Amino acid sequence: MKWAAPAALVAVALAVAGYAQVGPATPPSAAGERLEIPPPPFSEGIFPCSTCHADLKVNRTRRALTEMHDDIQLRHDEQHRWCLDCHDATDRDWLHLASGERIPFEQSYLLCGQCHGEKLRDWRAGVHGLRTGSWNGQKSYLLCAHCHNPHQPRFRSLAPKPAPRPPARQEGEKAVRP
Amino acid sequence: MTDDANDGESPSRRQFVSCAAGAAAGFILTACGPKRLVEMPKERLHAALRELERQYSETYGTAVTVADTPPIPGVQFAYALDISRCIGCRRCVYACVEENNQSRDPQVHWIRVYAMEKEKGVDFQHANPYYDPPQVPEEGHFYVPVQCQQCENPPCTKVCPVGATWKEKDGIVVIDYDWCIGCRYCMAACPYGARHFNWAEPSLPKAELNPNTHALGNRPRPKGVVEKCTFCIQRTRAGRYPACVEACPVGARKFGNLLDPQSEIRYIIEHKRVLVLKEDLNTVPRFFYFYAT
Repeated sequence: MKWAAPAALVAVALAVAGYAQVGPATPPSAAGERLEIPPPPFSEGIFPCSTCHADLKVNRTRRALTEMHDDIQLRHDEQHRWCLDCHDATDRDWLHLASGERIPFEQSYLLCGQCHGEKLRDWRAGVHGLRTGSWNGQKSYLLCAHCHNPHQPRFRSLAPKPAPRPPARQEGEKAVRP
Repeated sequence: MTDDANDGESPSRRQFVSCAAGAAAGFILTACGPKRLVEMPKERLHAALRELERQYSETYGTAVTVADTPPIPGVQFAYALDISRCIGCRRCVYACVEENNQSRDPQVHWIRVYAMEKEKGVDFQHANPYYDPPQVPEEGHFYVPVQCQQCENPPCTKVCPVGATWKEKDGIVVIDYDWCIGCRYCMAACPYGARHFNWAEPSLPKAELNPNTHALGNRPRPKGVVEKCTFCIQRTRAGRYPACVEACPVGARKFGNLLDPQSEIRYIIEHKRVLVLKEDLNTVPRFFYFYAT
Protein backbone atom coordinates (compact mmCIF):
# COMPACT_ATOMS: atom_id res chain seq x y z
CA MET A 1 0.00 0.00 0.00
CA LYS A 2 3.02 2.29 -0.33
CA TRP A 3 1.63 3.83 -3.50
CA ALA A 4 -1.74 4.67 -1.94
CA ALA A 5 -0.79 8.02 -0.42
CA PRO A 6 0.95 9.45 -3.51
CA ALA A 7 -1.90 8.20 -5.69
CA ALA A 8 -4.43 9.95 -3.47
CA LEU A 9 -2.35 13.13 -3.64
CA VAL A 10 -2.26 12.98 -7.42
CA ALA A 11 -6.01 12.40 -7.51
CA VAL A 12 -6.61 15.43 -5.27
CA ALA A 13 -4.26 17.55 -7.38
CA LEU A 14 -6.09 16.50 -10.54
CA ALA A 15 -9.44 17.27 -8.99
CA VAL A 16 -8.23 20.71 -7.89
CA ALA A 17 -6.78 21.39 -11.33
CA GLY A 18 -10.05 20.34 -12.93
CA TYR A 19 -12.00 22.62 -10.67
CA ALA A 20 -9.65 25.54 -11.31
CA GLN A 21 -10.11 25.09 -15.04
CA VAL A 22 -13.87 25.17 -14.64
CA GLY A 23 -13.74 28.08 -12.23
CA PRO A 24 -15.94 28.72 -9.23
CA ALA A 25 -19.61 29.13 -9.91
CA THR A 26 -20.60 32.63 -9.05
CA PRO A 27 -23.92 33.85 -10.34
CA PRO A 28 -24.08 37.58 -10.86
CA SER A 29 -25.90 39.21 -8.01
CA ALA A 30 -26.43 42.37 -6.09
CA ALA A 31 -23.29 44.38 -5.56
CA GLY A 32 -21.20 43.53 -2.54
CA GLU A 33 -22.84 40.19 -1.83
CA ARG A 34 -20.60 37.20 -1.56
CA LEU A 35 -22.07 33.91 -2.61
CA GLU A 36 -21.16 30.34 -2.09
CA ILE A 37 -22.44 27.37 -4.04
CA PRO A 38 -21.64 23.83 -3.02
CA PRO A 39 -20.33 21.53 -5.78
CA PRO A 40 -22.95 19.86 -8.01
CA PRO A 41 -24.67 16.81 -6.50
CA PHE A 42 -23.16 14.03 -8.62
CA SER A 43 -24.04 10.43 -7.91
CA GLU A 44 -21.09 8.80 -6.23
CA GLY A 45 -18.29 7.70 -8.55
CA ILE A 46 -20.00 9.01 -11.68
CA PHE A 47 -17.89 12.10 -12.37
CA PRO A 48 -15.81 12.76 -14.41
CA CYS A 49 -17.93 11.13 -17.10
CA SER A 50 -14.94 11.02 -19.44
CA THR A 51 -13.46 8.18 -17.39
CA CYS A 52 -15.74 5.90 -19.39
CA HIS A 53 -16.95 8.09 -22.23
CA ALA A 54 -13.52 9.13 -23.51
CA ASP A 55 -13.05 5.70 -25.05
CA LEU A 56 -16.63 5.21 -26.22
CA LYS A 57 -17.87 5.97 -29.70
CA VAL A 58 -20.47 8.72 -29.75
CA ASN A 59 -23.88 7.36 -30.63
CA ARG A 60 -26.28 10.22 -31.26
CA THR A 61 -29.29 8.01 -31.94
CA ARG A 62 -32.14 8.55 -29.56
CA ARG A 63 -32.72 5.24 -27.79
CA ALA A 64 -33.58 3.59 -24.51
CA LEU A 65 -30.41 3.05 -22.49
CA THR A 66 -29.87 -0.55 -21.50
CA GLU A 67 -26.20 -1.11 -20.69
CA MET A 68 -25.56 1.86 -18.41
CA HIS A 69 -27.58 4.64 -16.77
CA ASP A 70 -30.69 2.52 -17.06
CA ASP A 71 -31.62 3.74 -13.55
CA ILE A 72 -32.32 7.18 -14.97
CA GLN A 73 -36.01 7.70 -15.65
CA LEU A 74 -36.48 10.84 -17.66
CA ARG A 75 -39.63 12.66 -16.49
CA HIS A 76 -38.76 16.09 -17.75
CA ASP A 77 -40.50 16.86 -21.02
CA GLU A 78 -39.33 13.45 -22.18
CA GLN A 79 -41.44 13.72 -25.35
CA HIS A 80 -39.10 16.36 -26.70
CA ARG A 81 -35.88 15.81 -24.81
CA TRP A 82 -33.05 13.34 -24.62
CA CYS A 83 -29.63 13.00 -22.91
CA LEU A 84 -27.66 14.90 -25.53
CA ASP A 85 -29.97 17.90 -25.47
CA CYS A 86 -28.24 18.90 -22.24
CA HIS A 87 -25.12 16.70 -21.97
CA ASP A 88 -22.35 17.54 -24.41
CA ALA A 89 -21.77 14.69 -26.87
CA THR A 90 -18.09 15.36 -27.57
CA ASP A 91 -16.97 15.96 -23.98
CA ARG A 92 -19.28 14.40 -21.42
CA ASP A 93 -17.75 16.34 -18.55
CA TRP A 94 -19.64 19.36 -19.79
CA LEU A 95 -23.18 20.42 -20.48
CA HIS A 96 -24.20 22.57 -23.39
CA LEU A 97 -26.78 25.23 -24.04
CA ALA A 98 -29.17 25.26 -26.98
CA SER A 99 -26.69 27.50 -28.77
CA GLY A 100 -24.07 24.77 -28.51
CA GLU A 101 -22.02 26.77 -25.99
CA ARG A 102 -20.41 24.43 -23.46
CA ILE A 103 -20.96 25.10 -19.77
CA PRO A 104 -19.59 23.31 -16.71
CA PHE A 105 -21.86 21.46 -14.28
CA GLU A 106 -21.17 24.21 -11.76
CA GLN A 107 -23.15 26.59 -13.98
CA SER A 108 -26.00 24.24 -14.81
CA TYR A 109 -28.44 26.96 -13.75
CA LEU A 110 -27.76 28.63 -17.11
CA LEU A 111 -29.01 25.49 -18.82
CA CYS A 112 -32.15 25.28 -16.68
CA GLY A 113 -32.73 28.99 -17.20
CA GLN A 114 -33.11 28.54 -20.96
CA CYS A 115 -36.66 27.32 -20.39
CA HIS A 116 -37.25 28.43 -16.80
CA GLY A 117 -36.07 31.99 -17.26
CA GLU A 118 -38.44 33.44 -14.70
CA LYS A 119 -37.20 30.95 -12.10
CA LEU A 120 -33.60 31.79 -12.90
CA ARG A 121 -34.36 35.46 -12.43
CA ASP A 122 -35.94 34.75 -9.04
CA TRP A 123 -33.07 32.47 -8.06
CA ARG A 124 -30.49 35.15 -8.83
CA ALA A 125 -32.46 37.56 -6.66
CA GLY A 126 -32.49 34.95 -3.90
CA VAL A 127 -36.25 34.49 -4.06
CA HIS A 128 -36.43 31.03 -5.62
CA GLY A 129 -34.69 28.36 -3.62
CA LEU A 130 -33.12 28.07 -0.24
CA ARG A 131 -30.55 30.57 0.97
CA THR A 132 -28.54 30.06 4.10
CA GLY A 133 -25.89 32.08 5.87
CA SER A 134 -26.17 35.78 6.50
CA TRP A 135 -28.94 38.14 5.42
CA ASN A 136 -26.45 40.99 5.14
CA GLY A 137 -23.27 39.19 4.06
CA GLN A 138 -22.03 35.81 2.95
CA LYS A 139 -24.89 33.74 1.57
CA SER A 140 -24.97 30.21 0.36
CA TYR A 141 -27.04 29.26 -2.69
CA LEU A 142 -27.91 25.84 -3.94
CA LEU A 143 -27.85 24.80 -7.59
CA CYS A 144 -31.20 23.86 -9.18
CA ALA A 145 -30.04 20.25 -9.16
CA HIS A 146 -29.54 20.20 -5.39
CA CYS A 147 -33.31 20.24 -4.88
CA HIS A 148 -34.68 19.14 -8.25
CA ASN A 149 -33.37 15.97 -9.84
CA PRO A 150 -32.76 17.25 -13.39
CA HIS A 151 -34.15 14.01 -14.81
CA GLN A 152 -37.30 14.13 -12.63
CA PRO A 153 -37.56 17.71 -11.42
CA ARG A 154 -40.88 17.49 -9.61
CA PHE A 155 -40.31 18.08 -5.90
CA ARG A 156 -40.84 14.89 -3.91
CA SER A 157 -43.47 14.86 -1.19
CA LEU A 158 -42.30 14.55 2.41
CA ALA A 159 -43.57 13.04 5.63
CA PRO A 160 -44.70 15.93 7.84
CA LYS A 161 -43.33 16.41 11.36
CA PRO A 162 -45.83 15.62 14.16
CA ALA A 163 -48.94 17.76 14.43
CA PRO A 164 -49.26 20.03 17.47
CA ARG A 165 -51.12 18.54 20.40
CA PRO A 166 -54.60 20.02 20.74
CA PRO A 167 -55.16 21.79 24.06
CA ALA A 168 -56.18 19.51 26.93
CA ARG A 169 -59.88 19.74 27.79
CA GLN A 170 -61.78 19.41 30.99
CA GLU A 171 -64.16 16.50 31.22
CA GLY A 172 -67.48 17.27 29.56
CA GLU A 173 -66.04 20.32 27.80
CA LYS A 174 -66.96 20.46 24.15
CA ALA A 175 -64.28 20.75 21.51
CA VAL A 176 -64.58 23.86 19.39
CA ARG A 177 -63.05 24.36 16.01
CA PRO A 178 -59.62 25.97 16.20
CA MET B 1 -47.62 79.65 62.95
CA THR B 2 -46.24 81.67 60.11
CA ASP B 3 -45.04 78.54 58.27
CA ASP B 4 -48.55 77.09 57.87
CA ALA B 5 -50.03 80.39 56.83
CA ASN B 6 -47.93 80.26 53.72
CA ASP B 7 -50.74 81.29 51.35
CA GLY B 8 -49.43 81.71 47.80
CA GLU B 9 -46.12 83.12 48.93
CA SER B 10 -42.76 81.54 48.18
CA PRO B 11 -42.04 78.43 50.32
CA SER B 12 -39.96 78.72 53.38
CA ARG B 13 -36.38 77.49 53.37
CA ARG B 14 -37.36 74.52 55.58
CA GLN B 15 -40.16 73.42 53.20
CA PHE B 16 -37.94 73.71 50.17
CA VAL B 17 -35.11 71.69 51.73
CA SER B 18 -37.40 68.87 52.94
CA CYS B 19 -39.16 68.63 49.55
CA ALA B 20 -35.87 68.51 47.72
CA ALA B 21 -34.53 65.83 50.09
CA GLY B 22 -37.70 63.77 49.59
CA ALA B 23 -37.46 64.02 45.82
CA ALA B 24 -33.78 63.03 45.86
CA ALA B 25 -34.49 60.03 48.11
CA GLY B 26 -37.36 58.98 45.85
CA PHE B 27 -35.17 59.27 42.78
CA ILE B 28 -32.42 57.19 44.36
CA LEU B 29 -34.85 54.55 45.59
CA THR B 30 -36.53 54.17 42.18
CA ALA B 31 -33.21 54.00 40.39
CA CYS B 32 -32.14 51.16 42.63
CA GLY B 33 -35.45 49.32 42.49
CA PRO B 34 -36.47 46.68 39.94
CA LYS B 35 -36.35 47.79 36.35
CA ARG B 36 -37.26 46.52 32.92
CA LEU B 37 -34.25 45.32 30.96
CA VAL B 38 -34.85 48.07 28.46
CA GLU B 39 -34.56 50.83 31.07
CA MET B 40 -31.58 49.57 33.02
CA PRO B 41 -28.33 51.50 32.90
CA LYS B 42 -25.70 49.55 30.94
CA GLU B 43 -23.56 48.43 33.89
CA ARG B 44 -26.55 47.21 35.81
CA LEU B 45 -27.97 45.44 32.78
CA HIS B 46 -24.71 43.64 32.24
CA ALA B 47 -24.54 42.62 35.87
CA ALA B 48 -28.11 41.29 35.58
CA LEU B 49 -27.28 39.35 32.41
CA ARG B 50 -24.15 37.82 33.96
CA GLU B 51 -26.30 36.73 36.87
CA LEU B 52 -28.82 35.15 34.45
CA GLU B 53 -25.96 33.38 32.65
CA ARG B 54 -24.72 32.03 35.94
CA GLN B 55 -28.18 30.74 36.88
CA TYR B 56 -28.85 29.15 33.48
CA SER B 57 -25.39 27.60 33.28
CA GLU B 58 -25.91 26.08 36.70
CA THR B 59 -29.41 24.78 35.88
CA TYR B 60 -28.50 23.35 32.47
CA GLY B 61 -24.94 22.28 33.17
CA THR B 62 -23.48 24.04 30.14
CA ALA B 63 -22.04 27.50 29.44
CA VAL B 64 -25.03 29.70 28.49
CA THR B 65 -24.58 33.20 27.07
CA VAL B 66 -27.29 35.84 27.37
CA ALA B 67 -26.63 38.63 24.87
CA ASP B 68 -28.22 42.06 24.71
CA THR B 69 -27.24 42.79 21.10
CA PRO B 70 -28.93 46.11 20.20
CA PRO B 71 -30.79 46.82 16.94
CA ILE B 72 -28.54 47.54 13.95
CA PRO B 73 -28.99 51.15 12.79
CA GLY B 74 -30.64 51.45 9.35
CA VAL B 75 -32.18 48.00 9.55
CA GLN B 76 -35.90 47.23 9.56
CA PHE B 77 -36.52 43.50 9.51
CA ALA B 78 -39.24 41.94 7.41
CA TYR B 79 -40.20 38.43 6.44
CA ALA B 80 -41.85 36.90 3.40
CA LEU B 81 -43.34 33.47 2.93
CA ASP B 82 -44.15 31.89 -0.41
CA ILE B 83 -47.58 30.25 -0.09
CA SER B 84 -47.21 28.67 -3.52
CA ARG B 85 -44.15 26.71 -2.34
CA CYS B 86 -44.90 25.71 1.26
CA ILE B 87 -45.64 21.99 1.44
CA GLY B 88 -46.69 21.94 5.10
CA CYS B 89 -43.87 19.66 6.30
CA ARG B 90 -43.52 21.53 9.65
CA ARG B 91 -39.70 21.48 9.53
CA CYS B 92 -39.83 25.18 10.46
CA VAL B 93 -41.95 24.51 13.54
CA TYR B 94 -39.43 22.15 15.09
CA ALA B 95 -36.36 24.10 13.97
CA CYS B 96 -37.90 27.05 15.84
CA VAL B 97 -38.53 24.99 18.97
CA GLU B 98 -34.90 23.84 19.03
CA GLU B 99 -33.44 27.26 18.33
CA ASN B 100 -35.65 29.18 20.73
CA ASN B 101 -35.76 26.86 23.72
CA GLN B 102 -39.54 26.43 23.83
CA SER B 103 -41.07 24.16 26.39
CA ARG B 104 -41.36 20.59 25.08
CA ASP B 105 -44.07 19.62 27.54
CA PRO B 106 -46.42 21.46 27.85
CA GLN B 107 -45.86 21.94 24.18
CA VAL B 108 -45.22 25.49 22.95
CA HIS B 109 -44.93 26.15 19.21
CA TRP B 110 -44.32 29.66 17.94
CA ILE B 111 -45.17 28.63 14.38
CA ARG B 112 -48.50 27.05 13.50
CA VAL B 113 -49.07 25.66 10.01
CA TYR B 114 -52.65 25.70 8.77
CA ALA B 115 -53.75 23.37 5.99
CA MET B 116 -56.29 25.07 3.75
CA GLU B 117 -58.39 23.89 0.87
CA LYS B 118 -57.49 25.33 -2.49
CA GLU B 119 -61.18 25.72 -3.31
CA LYS B 120 -61.76 27.97 -0.32
CA GLY B 121 -58.61 30.09 -0.51
CA VAL B 122 -57.01 31.72 2.52
CA ASP B 123 -59.83 31.07 4.96
CA PHE B 124 -59.02 30.51 8.62
CA GLN B 125 -62.58 29.36 9.35
CA HIS B 126 -61.87 26.15 7.46
CA ALA B 127 -58.19 25.82 8.25
CA ASN B 128 -56.81 22.80 10.06
CA PRO B 129 -53.58 22.99 12.07
CA TYR B 130 -53.78 19.34 13.16
CA TYR B 131 -53.48 17.73 9.70
CA ASP B 132 -51.37 14.60 9.81
CA PRO B 133 -51.27 12.65 6.53
CA PRO B 134 -48.38 10.26 5.75
CA GLN B 135 -47.14 12.58 3.00
CA VAL B 136 -47.48 16.29 2.30
CA PRO B 137 -48.54 18.21 0.29
CA GLU B 138 -52.02 16.71 0.10
CA GLU B 139 -54.03 16.92 -3.08
CA GLY B 140 -56.18 20.05 -3.20
CA HIS B 141 -54.52 21.67 -0.18
CA PHE B 142 -52.12 24.48 0.47
CA TYR B 143 -50.43 25.53 3.68
CA VAL B 144 -50.18 28.82 5.53
CA PRO B 145 -47.69 28.94 8.41
CA VAL B 146 -48.55 31.65 10.92
CA GLN B 147 -46.22 33.12 13.52
CA CYS B 148 -45.77 36.59 15.04
CA GLN B 149 -46.36 39.11 12.27
CA GLN B 150 -44.15 41.73 13.99
CA CYS B 151 -46.77 44.39 13.32
CA GLU B 152 -45.78 47.96 12.64
CA ASN B 153 -48.85 48.92 14.69
CA PRO B 154 -48.99 46.08 17.24
CA PRO B 155 -52.22 45.76 19.25
CA CYS B 156 -50.50 43.48 21.78
CA THR B 157 -48.04 46.02 23.13
CA LYS B 158 -50.75 48.63 23.66
CA VAL B 159 -52.78 46.51 26.06
CA CYS B 160 -49.91 45.44 28.32
CA PRO B 161 -50.69 47.01 31.71
CA VAL B 162 -47.07 46.93 32.84
CA GLY B 163 -45.15 47.77 29.68
CA ALA B 164 -43.47 44.38 29.53
CA THR B 165 -43.72 44.15 25.74
CA TRP B 166 -42.73 46.68 23.10
CA LYS B 167 -41.50 47.13 19.55
CA GLU B 168 -37.74 47.50 19.14
CA LYS B 169 -36.15 49.97 16.72
CA ASP B 170 -35.57 47.27 14.10
CA GLY B 171 -39.26 46.30 14.16
CA ILE B 172 -39.07 43.21 16.38
CA VAL B 173 -41.78 43.00 19.05
CA VAL B 174 -40.17 41.67 22.22
CA ILE B 175 -41.15 40.66 25.75
CA ASP B 176 -39.28 41.21 29.00
CA TYR B 177 -39.93 37.86 30.69
CA ASP B 178 -38.95 39.26 34.07
CA TRP B 179 -41.46 42.08 33.84
CA CYS B 180 -44.40 40.13 32.38
CA ILE B 181 -47.09 39.51 34.99
CA GLY B 182 -48.86 36.82 32.95
CA CYS B 183 -52.22 38.60 32.60
CA ARG B 184 -52.45 37.44 28.95
CA TYR B 185 -54.14 40.64 27.75
CA CYS B 186 -51.66 40.64 24.85
CA MET B 187 -52.79 37.18 23.80
CA ALA B 188 -56.37 38.38 23.65
CA ALA B 189 -55.32 41.43 21.67
CA CYS B 190 -53.24 39.57 19.09
CA PRO B 191 -55.38 38.81 16.03
CA TYR B 192 -52.95 36.13 14.81
CA GLY B 193 -52.77 33.82 17.83
CA ALA B 194 -49.04 34.38 17.83
CA ARG B 195 -48.49 34.72 21.58
CA HIS B 196 -48.19 31.69 23.83
CA PHE B 197 -48.46 31.29 27.56
CA ASN B 198 -46.38 29.08 29.83
CA TRP B 199 -49.17 27.46 31.82
CA ALA B 200 -46.71 25.24 33.67
CA GLU B 201 -43.00 25.27 34.39
CA PRO B 202 -41.46 24.88 30.90
CA SER B 203 -39.65 21.61 30.41
CA LEU B 204 -36.47 21.78 28.37
CA PRO B 205 -34.11 18.79 28.44
CA LYS B 206 -30.57 19.87 29.35
CA ALA B 207 -29.11 18.31 26.22
CA GLU B 208 -31.53 20.20 23.98
CA LEU B 209 -30.83 23.69 25.32
CA ASN B 210 -29.54 26.20 22.79
CA PRO B 211 -26.95 28.02 24.90
CA ASN B 212 -26.65 30.96 22.50
CA THR B 213 -29.42 33.19 23.82
CA HIS B 214 -30.62 36.78 23.82
CA ALA B 215 -32.17 38.51 26.83
CA LEU B 216 -35.27 39.49 24.84
CA GLY B 217 -35.46 36.28 22.84
CA ASN B 218 -34.71 32.65 23.44
CA ARG B 219 -33.37 32.61 26.99
CA PRO B 220 -35.17 30.01 29.12
CA ARG B 221 -38.52 31.33 30.34
CA PRO B 222 -40.17 30.90 33.73
CA LYS B 223 -43.70 29.63 34.32
CA GLY B 224 -46.49 32.17 33.91
CA VAL B 225 -45.10 34.42 31.19
CA VAL B 226 -46.05 34.99 27.58
CA GLU B 227 -43.63 34.28 24.73
CA LYS B 228 -43.59 34.65 20.96
CA CYS B 229 -41.52 34.64 17.77
CA THR B 230 -38.76 37.28 17.76
CA PHE B 231 -37.46 36.68 14.20
CA CYS B 232 -34.70 34.75 16.06
CA ILE B 233 -33.39 38.01 17.53
CA GLN B 234 -30.23 36.23 18.74
CA ARG B 235 -29.39 35.21 15.16
CA THR B 236 -30.72 38.05 13.03
CA ARG B 237 -29.07 40.83 15.01
CA ALA B 238 -25.82 38.95 14.51
CA GLY B 239 -26.42 38.93 10.74
CA ARG B 240 -27.71 35.40 10.37
CA TYR B 241 -30.98 34.16 8.88
CA PRO B 242 -33.72 33.01 11.29
CA ALA B 243 -33.71 29.27 11.99
CA CYS B 244 -37.00 28.68 10.13
CA VAL B 245 -35.58 30.24 6.95
CA GLU B 246 -32.67 27.82 6.92
CA ALA B 247 -34.82 24.82 7.86
CA CYS B 248 -37.33 25.19 5.03
CA PRO B 249 -36.63 22.41 2.49
CA VAL B 250 -38.44 24.22 -0.32
CA GLY B 251 -36.95 27.67 0.31
CA ALA B 252 -40.36 29.24 0.86
CA ARG B 253 -39.16 31.50 3.66
CA LYS B 254 -37.37 34.77 2.95
CA PHE B 255 -35.95 37.34 5.30
CA GLY B 256 -34.13 40.64 5.05
CA ASN B 257 -33.80 44.34 5.57
CA LEU B 258 -36.73 46.40 4.34
CA LEU B 259 -34.49 49.46 3.95
CA ASP B 260 -31.98 47.72 1.65
CA PRO B 261 -33.17 48.06 -1.98
CA GLN B 262 -31.02 45.03 -2.94
CA SER B 263 -32.56 42.70 -0.38
CA GLU B 264 -34.69 39.68 -1.22
CA ILE B 265 -37.56 41.15 0.71
CA ARG B 266 -37.64 44.30 -1.41
CA TYR B 267 -37.46 42.25 -4.59
CA ILE B 268 -40.48 40.25 -3.45
CA ILE B 269 -42.53 43.29 -2.52
CA GLU B 270 -41.69 44.98 -5.80
CA HIS B 271 -42.14 42.00 -8.14
CA LYS B 272 -44.55 39.49 -6.60
CA ARG B 273 -48.17 39.33 -5.57
CA VAL B 274 -48.01 40.06 -1.86
CA LEU B 275 -50.64 39.88 0.86
CA VAL B 276 -50.74 40.34 4.61
CA LEU B 277 -53.10 38.62 7.01
CA LYS B 278 -56.12 40.57 8.29
CA GLU B 279 -55.08 43.73 6.51
CA ASP B 280 -58.36 45.38 7.53
CA LEU B 281 -57.27 45.49 11.16
CA ASN B 282 -54.55 48.03 10.32
CA THR B 283 -51.92 46.13 12.25
CA VAL B 284 -49.49 46.63 9.31
CA PRO B 285 -47.63 43.31 9.57
CA ARG B 286 -43.94 43.01 8.75
CA PHE B 287 -44.69 39.48 7.60
CA PHE B 288 -45.67 39.18 3.95
CA TYR B 289 -47.17 36.21 2.16
CA PHE B 290 -46.56 35.97 -1.55
CA TYR B 291 -47.06 33.81 -4.62
CA ALA B 292 -43.84 33.40 -6.56
CA THR B 293 -45.54 31.54 -9.38
